[in-house]
This record gives sequence, C-alpha cells and structure tokens, in this order.
Amino acid sequence: MYNFDYVKASSVADATAALGGDAQAISGGQTLIPTLKARLGQPSSLVDLSGVAEMSGITAGDGSVTIGGAVTHHAVSESGDVPASVAALAAGIGDPAVRHRGTIGGSVANNDPSACYPSACLGLGATIHTSGGDVAADDYFQGMFDTALGEGQIVTGVTFPTPAKANYQKFVQPASRFALVGVFVSQMADGYVRVAVTGASESGVFRWSDAETALAGNFSADVVPAAPSADGMIADLHGSAAYRAHLISVMTKRAVAAC
Amino acid sequence: MPKDSGIGAPSKRREDVRFLTGAGNYTDDINVAGQKYVVFLRSSVAHGNLNKVDTAAAAAMPGVVHIFTGDDFAEIGGLPCGWQIHSRDGEPMAEPPHPVLARGKVRHVGDPIAAVVADSVEQARDAAEAIELDIEELPAVVDMTDAISGNAAQVHEEAPNNLCYDWGFVEENRDATMEAFEGAHHVTTLELINNRLVANPMEPRVCIGDFNAPSGESTLYTTSQNPHVIRLLMGAFVLGIPEHKLRVIAPDVGGGFGAKIYHYAEEALCTFAAKTLKMPVKWTCDRSEAFISDAQGRDHKTKIELALDADGKFLAIRTETLANMGAYLSTFAPAVPTWLHGTLMAGTYTTPLIYCNVKAVFTNTLPVDAYRGAGRPEATYQLERVIDVAAREMGIDPVEIRRRNFIPADAYPYQTPVAVAYDTGDYHGTMDKLVEVADFAGFSARREASKAKGKLRGLGICSYIEACGIAPSALVGQLGARAGLFESCTVRVNAAGGVVVMTGSHSHGQGHETTFPQVVSEMLGMPEEMIEIVHGDTGRGPMGMGTYGSRSIAVGGAAMVRATEKIIAKATRIAAHLMEASHEDVEFKDGMFSVAGTDKQVDFGSVALSAYVPHNYPLETLEPGLEETAFYDPSNFTYPAGAYACEVEVDEDTGVVEIASFAAADDFGNIINPMIVDGQVHGGIGQGIGQALLENCVYDESGQLASGSFMDYAMPRADDLPMYTVDHSSITPCTHNPLGVKGCGEAGAIGSPPAVINAVVDALQSGGHNVTHLDMPASPDRVWAAIQAAK
Repeated sequence: MYNFDYVKASSVADATAALGGDAQAISGGQTLIPTLKARLGQPSSLVDLSGVAEMSGITAGDGSVTIGGAVTHHAVSESGDVPASVAALAAGIGDPAVRHRGTIGGSVANNDPSACYPSACLGLGATIHTSGGDVAADDYFQGMFDTALGEGQIVTGVTFPTPAKANYQKFVQPASRFALVGVFVSQMADGYVRVAVTGASESGVFRWSDAETALAGNFSADVVPAAPSADGMIADLHGSAAYRAHLISVMTKRAVAAC
Repeated sequence: MPKDSGIGAPSKRREDVRFLTGAGNYTDDINVAGQKYVVFLRSSVAHGNLNKVDTAAAAAMPGVVHIFTGDDFAEIGGLPCGWQIHSRDGEPMAEPPHPVLARGKVRHVGDPIAAVVADSVEQARDAAEAIELDIEELPAVVDMTDAISGNAAQVHEEAPNNLCYDWGFVEENRDATMEAFEGAHHVTTLELINNRLVANPMEPRVCIGDFNAPSGESTLYTTSQNPHVIRLLMGAFVLGIPEHKLRVIAPDVGGGFGAKIYHYAEEALCTFAAKTLKMPVKWTCDRSEAFISDAQGRDHKTKIELALDADGKFLAIRTETLANMGAYLSTFAPAVPTWLHGTLMAGTYTTPLIYCNVKAVFTNTLPVDAYRGAGRPEATYQLERVIDVAAREMGIDPVEIRRRNFIPADAYPYQTPVAVAYDTGDYHGTMDKLVEVADFAGFSARREASKAKGKLRGLGICSYIEACGIAPSALVGQLGARAGLFESCTVRVNAAGGVVVMTGSHSHGQGHETTFPQVVSEMLGMPEEMIEIVHGDTGRGPMGMGTYGSRSIAVGGAAMVRATEKIIAKATRIAAHLMEASHEDVEFKDGMFSVAGTDKQVDFGSVALSAYVPHNYPLETLEPGLEETAFYDPSNFTYPAGAYACEVEVDEDTGVVEIASFAAADDFGNIINPMIVDGQVHGGIGQGIGQALLENCVYDESGQLASGSFMDYAMPRADDLPMYTVDHSSITPCTHNPLGVKGCGEAGAIGSPPAVINAVVDALQSGGHNVTHLDMPASPDRVWAAIQAAK
C-alpha cells in the first residue's frame, strides 16, 4: 500500500473535521484494507472511526433498536436487543475474523451490491444516521456503491424498527460467500410488508414491489410471484441474470416461509 | 491391535508440532543479512508487442539498487522444458523459447517484464510502477478450438497455428480401433471439459538468491518440491552455474500439489541477481501474484467414444483431446496430456483397443502443468463418465457394467494396450469393499429420505487406476523425458546414537519425517525418535528427484530400504568380527546381532560405535564408518487403484449440490502409516470435490483472468466437504519394490471428480431431468441451467 497519515477520531465531530479531500474514513477496514494493499487506493489519510464513542454500542428503544456505526457484525450477531433476523444476518457475514472487525457503519456506507446489511436496512425501513443527518433507508441507497452520504460524511448508526415478522435468506456466491442473491422480508405490526433484494441488481439493493404487493394481501410463500424480469440483473462467473432473477423468487419464498 | 511403531503403525506426525505451533521454517521465514527485495513488473495484457521498457526514471527512485529487464538475459538460456513429445508425423514438438523476463513480446497476463531490486518491498513496488512501458496490444487467443482454427493470433512464431504437438497413441492400433467402432453394437460419445484449476498451495512461492563471493557459491532458497531438479535445470540450462557452485535449499514447504515442481523464472532471476549484484535478494509472492505466476492445472477438452458389444463389454475407446499448454511450456507440461494420460486410458478394464489423439495448444494464458494427479485425473474422468453414460444408455447398472469389464484378479501381470503393464491389482475386490463401506444396499432408503426433504439424491461411482511411483528412467527416457526418475538415500548411523536419513524425496505436507523413520525403525529395531530425516537441501544429501507423482515411498522409500539393507549388511560383518563368528552365522533381529545356536550377542549401538572407534575391527577387509547410499530406479510404475462412491443431494430450486457422503475403497499395496494415508486420501478427495463442484479458472476473451482472486475462484472450505469413509484394507502388494507399496498421494484427486459428477447426473435423472452430462464445476447456476435446458 501507499503511505498515508493515520488519524484516530474520538468523536463524530473529530472524524468529520479530519475528512474531506483525499482523506478516507476507515471503520472495520474489511473492504478498504485489501483495496489499499492492492494499491487500488491512495488516500492522504485514514480516519479511524473505531474509537468514536457515539458510534459504539447497541441501544434498545421503544419499538426500535439503534446500532452504532462502529459496532461489529459479531457484536450484532450476539445481541439480544436487535431483531433476530438482523442478528442472524450479521452472523452470516464473512467469517469470524471478518465479523470481529467489520462494522455495520462500514457496510452501509460502502453499499456493496452484494453486501447483506443494505437489504436489512431497506427490508425493515431503517433510518440511517449520518453525520449530515438522518436519512430513510428508502432514500439512502442510490445504486451500486452509491449512497446519500455527502462528501466527508459518515454513517454514525442505524435504527431498525422492530418487525412483527422478518427473515433474511442468503444464497451465497460460492467463492466470496457474499450474497449472490439475498432477500430480506419483513412484516410490521400494521401489516406493512417489505421485500428487499441484495446481490442481484446492477442498481444495488432494491425493493421487489410485486412481491410486496402480493404478500401485503396474504403473507404466504404461495403468493410470491415467479422470477422478476432478468433485465438489469447482474451476470457474472457465478450466475446469469436469469438465474439471479429466479433465485430472487426462490429466496423470497424461503424467507416468507421462515418468518 | 495396531502396532504402536514401525511399518503399519499410525504414528503421530512429528512435524506437526512445529507446523501447528508456528515454528516451521518456511522460505519466507529465512532472512539473509543485507538482503534486498525483488518486485516483478508483470504484463497487464495477455498479448502484445513489448516495444519499450524504460527503466531510467524508476532506477533513480529512492532505495532502488538495480532493475533487470529481458535484455539482461539476452545471452542466457531461457527456462528449459524437461520433456519432449513427438507428433504423429515424427516431428518433435514446437518448443518456443521461454525467457526469464519477456523480450519483444508479452504472452500472458502476469508475464514478467522487469525485476526491481530495492532496499524495501514498497520501494521496489514504487519503482516498478514508475517503469515506462510501451506495449502494443495484440488480439489474444484464449480458447483452444479458436487457437488452432487457423484464424487466431499466433502466440509464438515457432508454433504455427499455435500447435505444440499432435500426438497419437497407440498409433499402431489406430486402424484396428477405428474398425472396431464400425461393427460395434453400441457407441457412446461424450464431449467434456476438464476445467482449469489454480493449485493455490497455502504457502505462496518465495525465492531468496544468495551469493558468497569468496567461495563463488550461489545459494537459492526456494519453495520447491524438488530442489535437486531445480539445481540441475537452473544451473545447467539457464545460468550456466556448475552444480558444485550452486546449492538449492527447499526448507519447510507449505503444500505444492504440483505447482512447486517446476523451475520458475523468479528462481533464475533471484539467483542471477544475487550473483550479479553480489548481495542477497528475496522475492515473496502474494496470493494475487500467485494467480498470475504459478503454473495452472488440467484444462483439457475431450471427445471420447466408447464402443460396446451387446453385453456391455468394452470393445474400443477413441479420444480426441485438446490440451492447453498456456503461453509457454512449463517444465513437465508436454508429458501431462500424453504419457501421464494416454497410458491410463485402459483404466481397470480389459478394453482391447485404444487410440488417443492429443493436440497440445498454445494460448495467451498462464502455463499449464501437472496438478495433483496430472493427466491421470483427466483420463479417469473421461473414462468413468463415458462408462456411466453408456451404462445408462444400455440399461445396465453402473456397478455391473464395470464388473463385466474389470481385468480379472488372476490376469496379472496384465499388459494393457496402452504401453503400461499392471503388476498387481484386484478391482472386484475394491468394488466389493466399496459396496460394503458405502452401504449401497441402503441407498434407496436414503434416496426416499432425501425426497421427503425435497432433495434429489444421486449415487455416483468410479473405478480408478493410476500409474505412480514415477518412474523407470529407461522407459521414460524413451518416452521423451530429459531426466532420470530414480531416487536416492543416504543412511548415516552416528557413532554414539541416532540415525540420519538423507532422502532425495521432499516433504511438503506428506509427512515423510514421520513415515520414513517408521521404515528404518522397523528395519534396525530402533525407536522412531532415534531417526531423523534430512531433505530439501542439495548441500546435505545425495542427488534426488523430489516428490510428485505419488513417488516418495515407492521410489524414495525403496532407496531408503536399499541403503538401510547395506547398513545392516555391513553391521552384520562388524558384529561377526566382535563376536568372533562367521557373518553367515550372524542373525539380526530387533536391534540385536546374535550367533545362531550360541548365547553370543551384540547390540546395534555397540556395532555402530565400533565402526567409528575401530580398535577391535576388521580393518583389513572392511572400511570404518557406518554410512551407506543407495540409488533406486524402479523397474515399473506402481498401480494404485480403487473404487469411490459419492452421494449428493441436489436442490432443484437452486441447483445447489451438497455432498451427502463420500466413500473410498483404495488398494495402495502395503501401508506404512494408515493415519497419514487417511489424511492423504481426505486431502485428495477434497481437491477432487473442489474441482467437481467449485473451482474454475476462467479467462475472458481478452485473456484477463476473470477468476483472479478468492473472491471469484472458489476454493473448497471445510464446510463444503463431508466426513469421508476411507478404507484401504484391500491390499495387493506391489511386486517390484521392496516395501510392496504403491503410493497414495494423488488417488483422492483422481477418483473423486467422476464419482461426484456421476452422482449429480444420477440425482438429476432420478428427478426426471434428462441431463446426460454436466461440465465441472457443477456449480449451482450450471446445475439449474441444465435442469432448465432439459425441460
């Protein structure tokens, strides 16, 4: 990797002050460090968020839970305060080493099209807390690696509402074990249904509205539509666009059945 | 009760103590005082004219000691190829030069262009990035069929139409084979691909070049399976350093699987740089660089046809294979699709007529060479697949069709129509054992249980054979090998205790440090811990050929037995002198010499001491000392064989294949350490399942490696693999080596891929999906697509 300066931030204000220009925030570093080792990035400084007090810890609220941006996947997976569906999702990310370093804030900020967390955020209608203010998940994810974060802004935490039912089904890409297709399904106490899909689309995580409509009337695996159009789906070594589209339907059914 | 030491005992692997506690001494753990660091600048394009390599700016950067380019090697030999194949027309293969650093042209992504030597790795990387290149990109040729179509880019001027050779075997049987097809009751035809693999040993390659100016001796530390071979090839054919001035050390090596057999450019460069600059230099490959610099494996496209009579007896086999050589000929590449492949096409069967045609093809991809099994997995896969398809077409049970064609147990030695003669075997025996240990009788109940879970269960079998114990030198010499394939051993009995065994075999995971002492312990009647193995250093042992082709115990072990027999013979004479008896009357048992019919005895330790303190010693007839060397050249290959069964569960909705169970019934001849044999088979099957379900090395049309990291190249993980049932109680000892051993290192990787694919096809067929064949890897998307296509 190329040389860079290292800044250890102790507060969000510290961190944002140090960001801007070619500075780069680092949380768990599970995407960033391999990128730097391959000399594919050359930040002037790394601003370490792991010591930011406001971004640590999991806080149970009334009908919701807030996870600090610097909380690791492992901590989420072990928490009794987060919805079981989110804990299970966190437990399925990467391997133990990744889960002990990687953070929810880093994942949501990076918005990898095959990452798991964006589907939970979108699938539960979470609120993304950023250093520039709160953003609804529906407005936050704006395409592959693209988010509502402005220049120099960071994700400080995520608040998930407590669902009546929710489940995440991940079909792993055999090599990376990222989601080839991951589907997060939820139903709120008022009956509102969300179906969020990661891994499949060239536009990143998205809500499958046809399935949501069908399930809103009858929350049953039987009503999940057949595969959506393969247009715009990712095609690569591990699966064609048609295969991914097919898996969306299969994984949605399984998620509903598991709720 | 198993023995607790010696031959047949499950002795614990003594080397694991240091490996598991982080105390191994791998090449990267070695640092030579004052060493500099080497970074290679490699081609980012698959094919191009290398018009300019301007190092001026880079050479002036901080910490840079020197930059080498192809021009530095203009007067020096390129990397040699160790095997020459002749085409059907009698012409020798096309053998284009393989430069240490590219000159004039680059021919694959990763082709080394320049080597920067600097004070630190980072400085060397900075400078490598600053080298100015002018590469005029040319169209790349990746697909083998395209490569020989006449319309493709030329990888080498010396190889028109990208053809390395066009080999026919057995050429004399060609007409008779074709005729047999004319009159056959049934012909099954199958086209298949043996997918390209990346070996990915856990330890990437590392080299350290060192040069001692006062003595003029060069030393290369390298991650090699065969340091003597590297010394010979590099010293004699590349750098012109005589062997007494060149020492090659391969210390602990973290896995090889074939990829660490070959002589690589980085070894020559580091040795050359150290001598030129008179300072030690070190290169450490990382995983990303390994993907574009290690020789890769497999990559065959084959059409196989099997002719049968009405009873399912095999009448003839003919094959047409395209074998990818990549951009350059790696050390043993030409032998893999020919003599390691065609000679195995009889399998365990009595097929009387066999003809194989193999065209080896150059492409703009990494060089391809032997990978665990090397040619034999390719032969076994096509044979065992086409037999399964034929059985299905003719309505014969897959076990039954194999049994009808097995070479009978009383037919040995058995001369196959493909040159090799099997010394011993019992294929009904291993199949009987498999039927038992894999519980074929319970399969239909298990299939029903899977169905109740919504899964399709399939059972696939395979009967494999391999030619190991490589190899009789005179024979391979006739077949084009440019090396002998004997093995060597020196046994040194110390004056006051302990034995050092210097073997030409090299252990990089096989456990030689445990198994070899078991043999000597048994022979000398001394505890295993009194015996130490030395290997991997040309300065410390006799010339040896290294470890690959499941040859270590069959050839290296045989040399060790011969050397130990010499020790016993000499010690017997010394003991006879000490006991004032005739050596013919002296018996040696359990470490004690005695004179038959008397109470005279002397122990081995006293004899050893006497050999080095020869006060009372027959100096007039016997030299002092107790150290013997033997070289062993096998009279035949060994032929491990066995039968494997795989059960899979297929999820029709997603195409996911899960291995439900895997059973192996092997005949490895005599077994030295059953626990280590289990481990070798487990690892081999793991790699075979990896090939069958997960691993695939893919280049895009421009020659870029699309599966260039573990993000896209799927290595098998522990949870991809089942618990194995491994049985090696079927034993027909090898008849021509002193231990009666056959070797076990590659079997698992040879026998498992066809068993897995046969099981997947069986599962799909059981669900009413008319899928005849599926290319490896049977990944979820491919299985799902095959189901859709069969609708």
